[in-house]
Amino acid sequence: MPDRPPAPAGAAAPWPGTVVIRGGTVVDETGTRQADVLVRDGRVVAVEKRITIPGGATVLDAGGCLVAPGLVDLHAHLRQPGAEEAETVESASRAAVLGGFTAVVAMPNTDPPVDNAAVALEVLALGAASLCRVAVAGAITVGRAGERLAPMGELAALGVRLFTDDGAGVQDGGLMRRALDYARGLGVTLAQHCEDRAIAAGGLMHEGEWSARLGLPGVPAAAEEAMVARDIALVAATGAPMHFLHLSCAGSLSLVAAAKAAGMPVTAEVAPHHLALTDAELAAYDPLFKVNPPLRSAADVAAVRRACATGTVDAVATDHAPHAANTKEAPLDEAPPGMLGLQTAWPVALAALHRGDPGLGADGEAVPALSVADVIGLLSWRPARIAGLDRAGGGDQGGPVAAGEPANLCVLDPAHTWTVEAGALASRSGNSPWRGRTLTGSVRHTVVAGEPVVIGGEAQR
Amino acid sequence: MVAAGPGASGGASPEPGAGVTARGAGRSGTGARGARAREASGAAARVGAAERSGAAARVGAAEQSGAAARVGAAERSGAAARVGAAERSGAAARVGAAERSGGSSQADAASGQDSDDGGSQSVPAPPGGPGGRRRHLLSIDDLGAEGIATVLRLSDRFVEVARRPIPKVPALRGRTVASVFAESSTRTRLSFETAARRLSADVISFSPAGSSLAKGESLRDTVQTVAAMGVDCFVVRHGCAGVPAQVAGWTGASVVNAGDGWHEHPTQALLDCATIRQVLAERDGMAVDDVGVDGFVGLRVAIVGDVAHSRVARSGILALAALGARVTLVAPGSLLPPSLVGWPVEAVTADLDDVLPETDVCYVLRLQTERGAGAFVPSPREYTAGFGLTARRAALLPDHAMVLHPGPMVRGVEIAADVADLPRTVVLRQVANGVAVRMAVLFLLLGAEEATADA
Ligand SMILES: [Zn+2]
Repeated sequence: MPDRPPAPAGAAAPWPGTVVIRGGTVVDETGTRQADVLVRDGRVVAVEKRITIPGGATVLDAGGCLVAPGLVDLHAHLRQPGAEEAETVESASRAAVLGGFTAVVAMPNTDPPVDNAAVALEVLALGAASLCRVAVAGAITVGRAGERLAPMGELAALGVRLFTDDGAGVQDGGLMRRALDYARGLGVTLAQHCEDRAIAAGGLMHEGEWSARLGLPGVPAAAEEAMVARDIALVAATGAPMHFLHLSCAGSLSLVAAAKAAGMPVTAEVAPHHLALTDAELAAYDPLFKVNPPLRSAADVAAVRRACATGTVDAVATDHAPHAANTKEAPLDEAPPGMLGLQTAWPVALAALHRGDPGLGADGEAVPALSVADVIGLLSWRPARIAGLDRAGGGDQGGPVAAGEPANLCVLDPAHTWTVEAGALASRSGNSPWRGRTLTGSVRHTVVAGEPVVIGGEAQR
Repeated sequence: MVAAGPGASGGASPEPGAGVTARGAGRSGTGARGARAREASGAAARVGAAERSGAAARVGAAEQSGAAARVGAAERSGAAARVGAAERSGAAARVGAAERSGGSSQADAASGQDSDDGGSQSVPAPPGGPGGRRRHLLSIDDLGAEGIATVLRLSDRFVEVARRPIPKVPALRGRTVASVFAESSTRTRLSFETAARRLSADVISFSPAGSSLAKGESLRDTVQTVAAMGVDCFVVRHGCAGVPAQVAGWTGASVVNAGDGWHEHPTQALLDCATIRQVLAERDGMAVDDVGVDGFVGLRVAIVGDVAHSRVARSGILALAALGARVTLVAPGSLLPPSLVGWPVEAVTADLDDVLPETDVCYVLRLQTERGAGAFVPSPREYTAGFGLTARRAALLPDHAMVLHPGPMVRGVEIAADVADLPRTVVLRQVANGVAVRMAVLFLLLGAEEATADA
């Protein structure tokens, strides 16, 4: 097995055209400046104050917008193979680029799951034909059953950098310890969906005031916190890096903050819905708001936002989880958990983390505001690094926006207000919690490998 | 033992439910639920309890200490008053508001074709009718104190109807009531269907065995298929909380919650209140009509047992508190809900002996008897030792106190066999009141304009 994984597969071929992104504010990890961006043959050619438009160039107006490295989603359920009625790699990639994402990490809980090279190659091939870059996460255990290790070496050889049984946590601590030891040798990162199944006890929403009142079985925060605590102890024992998926509770974030302070190699992501929605959304018993981990209390929402401001959280990842409409028109104990996220992540993160809009989950809680650049960092270069999709990891995501760099870019409008209507969603499913609501912040253009796949908010293919 | 919701921190936001209200109403038309959410959230903020770390841990600790702490009277009366206030405050009040707006001409329809005694047997005017807003009974909060009082008054009239040689009135002739029971409960289903038939409604009975539900058709499709047959009211029982609210969002019919998961069972609470009211009236030697609901004010009610998994307890607490009763919960920590923030209860304790001498109504809940890891108590025997209403414990009750149980009773576990047979144990009266109370609810929800024309 190689010491270091090869460059990830699945990158699209460069688009042989010329694009000028004009009149925007360029934002990347190196800073913010007014500049036009010239793109040719899949690469950024120039980033300068006023670029003369070459003949035949496609001009993208970026007035009032931020021109940033494309967003990178660490956590998307593309549903293919196995649940194509809910989503396909192609439909998800369209939702992704409309949401400003130029790369997504496909979660392995497909049917069959990504626990072997054949399925990984299938998803990578579908990704190569899609609108954005699709990386694949592999399963930690065979069949995600939590019983024996999946062939992580075989998958790592294909460029798989993240492994997770997402949808469930690895319940057996002994098995998880062996997985971490094995992953360390491969140079890959394990990602955990932290949920102690026995403590969760089949709960359907966050356990607390609302679950008690609504008569719904609850998932206590302790179900997440207990596994975070266990895994931090295992990271200490093995020295292997660990990424925590979709953390939702104040207690989990305190544990991660302490682990980081102790210098441990842990990273954490949070989902947009945990930044902006509380368990009170379940008051009308709408399964649209059933998600795992569940929507938590307002205090937890505030803690999640604070953890984004303090550096405890490394990434905002969508946990985009499409479900066919009929499956959500069921009793709460039958409806599957999950909600769409790709097309709304940017405005929701902006509203929750930068503007602190009222009515979004943590009203009355004091939460520091992040700069727009920091919000974009949580959605772009920081997750790119965790996924190994950044330049240092041999990838082409996360910027910077500079001459010679791969042209994976998004043009974000921070002020445009729009209503989330079913027709505006590219996903095959409609289970967006923001359906019918108005959001401020939109995606004007997206450029993938030099190709303008979204122009003026419209997907080009 | 612990008070419900002592202020551990001021973490709750002032009105977290407010935003939900409008959206909830838009999605499924359950405006009253939103109002309830707002009311409860407000209560939570006032109580100021830390949400997650709070009630469960506190209850556990207090349960061990066994001390008795009571929430201040102000907090208690505030909680009770808020339920009524929210109910009266507007669109949320379905039955209550509608009941006040009705005309009087339908009275004869309800009191029956035997109009000889119609004058003295007149009932409140029904609310609904063509063009009227749909009404549901999803939660006791949909009624409020006034709505509950209306149902109780009306159910007394229907008790009278039941005594007639032909116990039937034409009030809902031409209306169709569909009972959808996705969880078996022959007793409750028969009670509702009997109520509907005595009001001359047509009844469609639907249960999952051998039905399309079993064949994988979605609940929504099933409900809409049944609705297409022309249903005015769905009576819904389901093992998962919230299904009646979902059905209300999927159809144009009225919906009565006949028990949903651990959430609510409003008609059970109403028949319990009707029973308590009758016993109070007899005790005072008064006609039930004359006592109204004043007898509930200050009534000391102990609800004993598995509150966490009991829809009967949730509806009962809301109904009794709305009428002014003082509710104490008696349960082991593992059978209490994870949070009591916003619940209109006066106290929570694990010491039944301590509570019984100060109890006017002892409401004994059924114990689920799972074994092993699924069990919430070590054994039925240990439960009985701590929380069973044994003969010794029943003797601690004041002479006038009554004992209720939602049935079916597990004699020897939550209630001793000889206590179950005491005159003060009014379980059979509860059952007898079921049909009349459900007649009252259906009548109030469905209105009777067309029926009047026929009467
Ligand atoms: Zn997950």
